[in-house]
This record gives sequence, C-alpha cells and structure tokens, in this order.
Amino acid sequence: MNIFVCIKEIQNPELSSEVFRVDEERKQVVPVPGMSLVSNPFDEQAMEAALRLRDAGIEVNITAVTLGPKSAQAALKRALSMGADSGILVSEDGLDTLDAVGVATALCRAMERSGPVDLVLAGRQGADWDAGIVGCAIAEILRIPMISFAKSLRIDSSNVIVERVLDQGFETVQAPLPCVVTIANELGEPRKASLRETMRAAKKPTVVYDGATLGVTSDFVRQSAARRARQRLFIPAKEGTCEMFTNGSAQDIAGRVAARLREAKCL
Amino acid sequence: MSSSTKDIVVVVESADGVPTGLSLELLALARQLAGRTGGAVCAVTLESSDAARAEMLATQGADRIFCAVHTHEQAYEAERWLPLLSEVIGRLPGAHVLLGHTALGAELGPRLALRLDGTVATACERVEIDDAANLVIQRQCFGGKAREVITLCKSPSVATVRARMYEPLAPAPRQAQVVTVALTSESQIRTRVIDRAVEAQTKGPRLETAKIVVGGGRGVGGPEGFRVLERLAEAVGAAVGASRVACDLGWCPPSRQIGLSGRTISPDLYIAVGISGASQHMAGCGKARAILAINSDPEAAIFKDATFGIVGDYQQIVPALIEQLTRASG
Repeated sequence: MNIFVCIKEIQNPELSSEVFRVDEERKQVVPVPGMSLVSNPFDEQAMEAALRLRDAGIEVNITAVTLGPKSAQAALKRALSMGADSGILVSEDGLDTLDAVGVATALCRAMERSGPVDLVLAGRQGADWDAGIVGCAIAEILRIPMISFAKSLRIDSSNVIVERVLDQGFETVQAPLPCVVTIANELGEPRKASLRETMRAAKKPTVVYDGATLGVTSDFVRQSAARRARQRLFIPAKEGTCEMFTNGSAQDIAGRVAARLREAKCL
Repeated sequence: MSSSTKDIVVVVESADGVPTGLSLELLALARQLAGRTGGAVCAVTLESSDAARAEMLATQGADRIFCAVHTHEQAYEAERWLPLLSEVIGRLPGAHVLLGHTALGAELGPRLALRLDGTVATACERVEIDDAANLVIQRQCFGGKAREVITLCKSPSVATVRARMYEPLAPAPRQAQVVTVALTSESQIRTRVIDRAVEAQTKGPRLETAKIVVGGGRGVGGPEGFRVLERLAEAVGAAVGASRVACDLGWCPPSRQIGLSGRTISPDLYIAVGISGASQHMAGCGKARAILAINSDPEAAIFKDATFGIVGDYQQIVPALIEQLTRASG
C-alpha cells in the first residue's frame, strides 16, 4: 500500500513573538537569522500516523513529498529518519507565489508520477499560514474521498477507518481507498528520528521534480497566484496595558476584580 | 449578469434541527455584504422546508432558502453538502459563499471552492466587499502572531468564518422564497459515518461559542486544580479549556485545548489561570474581548496580553472570586 505524506518546511512556529518580523512592503515574513527551519509539526503527526499503520502490521510504502526550495531536502531527510521509505521534492524558482490550490496540483502530479496513490496523509494545516487548504484540495484534484481531523486511523482491507474530531466529540468514519486523511493535533506526539532509520536515510531514494516535468509552467504559476491577492500582512498592535490588582487579601482583590468586570460588562 | 448583483450564499449548519448561532451570525454578515453587492442572501440548509424553520431563517436575514433533505443517514457530512451546494451555486453565477469555520466548514469550504473552480480563505475574522464586488477577508496567520488581508479574485469565492465575529440580526419580518432542491446524487456517497460519540462533558456551553471561558495551564498544578476551575466555570456559566501543556500532562482532555493546535475561542471574558501565555496558546484566545490572567509569576508573558491581571495563588483567588461573582449577580 502506497502512502504519501505531505510535508511543508516552515519557520519554527514556537518562535517567540519578540523576534517574529514581517516585511509589510513585500507582505512576507522575515526569516530570523541563524534560526533553522522545521517540518510543519502537524505534518510530522501525519508522518507518525503513517508509521503507526506500519507498526500495526500493514505493509506500507511511505513516501514523503514536499514542495519548496532545494533546501527543503532537509524536511525529506527528517521524514526518512523517522521511517519514510523515499522522498519527493518539487522544486523550482518562483513556486513560492503559488496559492494552496497550485501547490496541491503540483503535489498531486508528483505523487501520481511515483506510483498508484492509496492513501495521502497531511497535517490539518501548515503552522505558518494556518489555512488548511492543501489536504482538501488534493482530495478534490484526485477526485477521491477525504476525511479531515483524524485522531486515529486503521486499515480494514480496502477501507480506511478514521476516528475524527468533531467540534464536540468524535465520530468514526469509513472511506474506500484511495483516500486523503488530514491529521488533527489529537493524534498525539510524533516519534523522534531513530538511529537506525537515520543511518539508512542517506541510502533511501529521493527524487527532485522541476516545474517543467510536472507541467507547472510560468502560466500555471501566474494563474495560481492570481486567484487571490494579499493586500496586507502585519503584526497587530497590542491594545492597552494590563490593569493589575495587587494589594490586599484574596477576598479584597476578588471583590475589586468582580466590580471591575461588571463595570466593563464582561460578565 | 452584472458583477454588482452577486448573491451571498450562507451554509446553514443545524444542531438538532435548529440553525446554529454561528449560522445566524453568517446570515447577519451576508446581509451586510448583500447590501454592497445588491444581491440576495441565499440560505442553504440540509433540513426540510417546514414553515417555522423557513420563517426563522427569513427573520434572521435570508431572502431565499434552498433546502434539501438527505435521506442517507450514514453519509459523511461534507459529502452530503457538496452536491447540494454545487447545485445551488451553479444556479447563482458569481455568488460568494460563507460557511462557519467548524469541523465541517474547514473541510467543506476548500473542497467546494476546488470543485467549482473558485477560490477560498479559511478562518476569516472580517469579511468585506471591495469596489469590484470581490470578497476581501482578514484572518490570523503564523499562530496568531500576524494578520493578513486577502482579496479573493475568482468566483465563486468561499470564506469560512470564525464564530462570534459578527452579531446575529434582531429578528425582523421578511418575505423569503423557499426552493426545495432535489438531490439525485445520494448513491455517490463514498464516505460513511459508522459511529458517533458526542463528548460526555458537563452541561456547560461549548468552548467556541461560550461568553465566558475559564482556562487552566501548568500553574494549576494537577487534575484536581481543574476541579477548582470547573467550580468557577459553573458559577459563571463558563466553558472550561486548557493550555497544551495541561492537556499533554493529561490534566484535561485534548479536545479542551485552546490554542493554535486546538480550539479557538472568542468570549467576552477569558479567565486564564496558571497559563504562561505562549504565543501558540494566545493564537486561540486572542479574540477574547477581555482576558483576566491569574498567575503566581509576575513576569508571566500572559500579563502582556491580558486586560486584567492578578498576581497570586489561584487556590486562594479563585474561591474568593467564585464567592464575589455569585454574590452580587445571584
């Protein structure tokens, strides 16, 4: 069974807001010097989901697939060190202007070139733009079913059975393969790279596709970028200062806070 | 058809047959947008067209109500909606589409946009119409550290909107046309729900829509600390949430996690107890109208984001607060 895990390399989302900067002119985030990129944590959970299927005794061939600059090889390497069998990098100058649909289209073409697609796993969203569109788009482009926000999954003959997070509770959903499943935070911590897999990672096959190979032409990129226009990217100003309640007993403080909350119509 | 008469389609989600609060907020937003485009507000519901329900949607802002009854009880929700919405939007060239940013909407919005060759923005906090009648949206990104403003340039433009960004309209009489749509594609259901477990939580309100939320973090010290927070929540009618650390430590179920990788809340008041205020947490509560932070560490980052702050031991502050808040309001 061929599992493709979509991985995006991003700036570390745990970066403190003190050092986070945007270039309002270019409407882009300013990279923090000396800070290396990481794999999107939600995508690492997707990788974990794939490995758990292998742990459960399913015969799986796991391919990590990413789109980005040449340096995004590092994200593939991390996936291979976790236990992926092979990697695909879609890389070409100018692809950073693609919208999510353009990215999904390019990823689909790359996956289809690498063999039949049985299961596509992706994190619920990238922890950079926080949009959560690519996974959904892949399902529509490949015209296959999709299940979002998976907490756990298992394979039963030719079906995937997913426990899925609802706004209030869970549901168990079944879809025939091939299928796209996006992974929720509730799946749990991804495993660390293992020594054994890290030693093997250098020998595992990775392939790099350029735009032309996948039909991602300059026209394609232009059309993709034109679907939406980013007008602004900014860091919101902090409003006001915190009103502190310090002196007095707990009862005193609670009394004053309660009065203030009522006055501010917060209750 | 002139681009200035774009209709606004609202996906009306229901719970137990009643439109959700968020759906009513979307109808109010749709009225604003339709006022700019000159189009109609078209509510789409997967419920029968009974007169009371239609009247309710009309008084909340709908000009036209498209309904279809799905008889395939096991069908996955997104697969129930996709054919109906494709059909309705196919009849309304140039329409914009609004959905709630829920477990359904977050998947359905992008899939719908893809299927109809449109464009989409998710988790929007503001939605407006520009002079070319395009949707312009504002949303959080980078874990709440930044905001972006995007113009959606391709029709149909789809926006999923967070809860409590807009107020529902005061009900006012309105004539609405009811259109029943026949669904022919039920046999195409591929994804089936085989079991559903609604969380056995205390009766309290839902995190996403609660007016008051009490959240606990590492500083709460353990699961028994959450019992204290639950008493406070019960006293003021609040929902209980937690930071990622508190969930990871098993003090609170993961489904109660507030933050980038959990739930997003936008209450009038968020009472954050023993929460340090990491940006990944603040991404989920930055839209609270006011934050009351209770923390024993005067240097905690949360005081930078909070409206009101108490430095002290929550074990003493919270019981006193319960007493004060119930005394005068009771």
